[in-house]
Amino acid sequence: MTTFLGMPAGGGNLTGEPFPQAAREALGNAQLRRNLAKATGTIRAKRANVVGELPDWAQLRAAGAAIKDDVLANLDEYLLRFEEALTSRGTHVHWARDAEEANRIVTDLVRATGTREVIKVKSMATVEIGLNEALADIGVHAVETDLAELIVQLGKDKSSHILVPAIHRNRSEIRDIFRREMPGVDPGLTDDPRALAEAARRHLRHKFMTVDVAISGANFGVAETGSLVVVESEGNGRMCLTLPRTLISVVGIEKLVPRWQDLEVFLQLLPRSSTGERMNPYTSVWTGPTEGQTSHVVLVDNGRTATLADPDGRAALRCIRCSACLNSCPVYERTGGHAYGSTYPGPIGAVLSPQLTGVDRNPTLPFASSLCGVCYDVCPVAIDIPSMLVHLRERVVSAKRATPESTAMRALAWAMSDARRWRRLVRLGKFGRLASRHVPLPGWSTARDLPQPPKETFRDWWESSR
Amino acid sequence: MRVALFVTCLVDGLFPDVGKATVRLLERLGHEVVVPPAQTCCGQMHINTGYPGQALPVIRNHVEAFEHADVIVAPSGSCAGSVRHQHADVARKHGDAKLAEAAADTAKRTYELSEFLVDVLGVTDVGAYFPHRVTYHPTCHSLRVLKVGDRPLRLLRAVEGIDLVELPAADTCCGFGGTFALKNSDTSTAMLGDKMSAVLSTKAGVLTAGDSSCLMHIGGGLSRLRSGVRPLHLAQILEHTR
Repeated sequence: MTTFLGMPAGGGNLTGEPFPQAAREALGNAQLRRNLAKATGTIRAKRANVVGELPDWAQLRAAGAAIKDDVLANLDEYLLRFEEALTSRGTHVHWARDAEEANRIVTDLVRATGTREVIKVKSMATVEIGLNEALADIGVHAVETDLAELIVQLGKDKSSHILVPAIHRNRSEIRDIFRREMPGVDPGLTDDPRALAEAARRHLRHKFMTVDVAISGANFGVAETGSLVVVESEGNGRMCLTLPRTLISVVGIEKLVPRWQDLEVFLQLLPRSSTGERMNPYTSVWTGPTEGQTSHVVLVDNGRTATLADPDGRAALRCIRCSACLNSCPVYERTGGHAYGSTYPGPIGAVLSPQLTGVDRNPTLPFASSLCGVCYDVCPVAIDIPSMLVHLRERVVSAKRATPESTAMRALAWAMSDARRWRRLVRLGKFGRLASRHVPLPGWSTARDLPQPPKETFRDWWESSR
Repeated sequence: MRVALFVTCLVDGLFPDVGKATVRLLERLGHEVVVPPAQTCCGQMHINTGYPGQALPVIRNHVEAFEHADVIVAPSGSCAGSVRHQHADVARKHGDAKLAEAAADTAKRTYELSEFLVDVLGVTDVGAYFPHRVTYHPTCHSLRVLKVGDRPLRLLRAVEGIDLVELPAADTCCGFGGTFALKNSDTSTAMLGDKMSAVLSTKAGVLTAGDSSCLMHIGGGLSRLRSGVRPLHLAQILEHTR
């Protein structure tokens, strides 16, 4: 990969403790395992139904990938066009090289309004850069208005899924969080989903009516028109986008599509892949500020340009954050999202997070996959995640000096590249017959017996029998 | 037809019965089997663990070993998958265009066993007899890299006397993933646990698959549980006659 001086690395919430250790902890949580298996299983089945019913899914998927590849190949032009379209409609455009700069821009804008509170549309980019924490540092409280993000926020918890941040919680846990943390909530609140939704509704309505500054992300930005798009289920996002007098949208630079008509493709791909719906309940599109509103767009790099520089890794920037790979991944289903330590968990997180931060700051994530390939199959923009993981593993390995592993690998490759050497080594396996019964293989032997090496290799049998 | 057997390192060193079964099956079907002596390993472990540069001489050795073979058959979806979908790419990325070209040619001549039987030989009934309750695990690389689909099942359904029972959540990974099972052994074990529950729920006495690696993993777990379920490669069932 070619890197250029000054290419910003991603900061913010993109790293955590090593995956194997974090996963070990999560795997021991029986409640979490049950919640995840139930939730991912349900969404998987819904997705399979609505994707299966479209005869042109393969073409839509290819179109989605091609449009995004065009955006990535010509990002410099599309970004300037987008900026021009936004500016001509009265939106203020800001450029942020990393999380720190993005937070500084947003906190300055918020501070200038004099507000003590902001309402937020569900947004991955703001979680990525740690905006809520930065706002708290200047004494401003950010209120999450997406129900699941609200649950996570009230529970002083972290999101564990891109689309369903509270997927690791069941409804009785949510009731307990509401009872404990939601001001003025009915102490007799039950875990009936309607009662929980009504409690959240009352809590949030008050915020919508009283808070005058909103912060959003965007699912898409249309370069040609300067339109921003938010796709959601609850309508709370739309309240935030339309009521407050100041709207600040934090958008990753890869979120663009070239033309208005391109949305036709993505507004089919996204809901079917993410919630398993033919169409999501609310799609808000705004082109310039609404009357009486001041609007700002903060375009964030935070490691995206560095990702773009790697020809074998850049396709990760096609991602439209649908979560189909998370819901389908056998690793994610068992460990949950927290084990990945990043805002972006699951298979896409395992390829995106290390690229945004640089592999040195996320060296275990590329190995957090059995390479089963399900993520590639379900990805609506055909990101070949397994091949990308393999590529990133090479980057992790080559960044290190010699390790016992690399030395063993080198010796093995030396033996394997010549049949005579290799056969001598395989024959030694016979002497391993005794050893295999008594010497455990770390990691393997905790749960699995080792096969007993045979008395005769296949090759020896072949030669003696012919 | 003259078939060059790519026996794979795992089968050669640990599961020779799978290689023997493949030879006997192909010979019973009237084909000549050769075992090119220069073969070793496909190098997938190196590639997938982050050492594709080290795999390069292993790939070169493989390509040269099978240079003169008309068709190459491997009793493994994963190893055939590496030959078909990784070798040329690795060579190209490491600047060896000539090797990439040769590897692409080897790839075209390489088949996983069930593909070879169904697509090339055009048989689904291989004349096997296996009067046991069997469940089949479709391995990830055979399913999603090679896309063998239901070919192994079609072969199994044609086996006389077999009681073939469907494995719940069959297409979910068993958690092996090569060095994944060592580097992320806890997660791998959790996946293995669910796979074993599914296998045991079928009450099958035999678990079969097209890859010895996955069978080594699930079989290793089933053995630890002293479950009495026998892991058998697809070739071993198809080779079995009255």
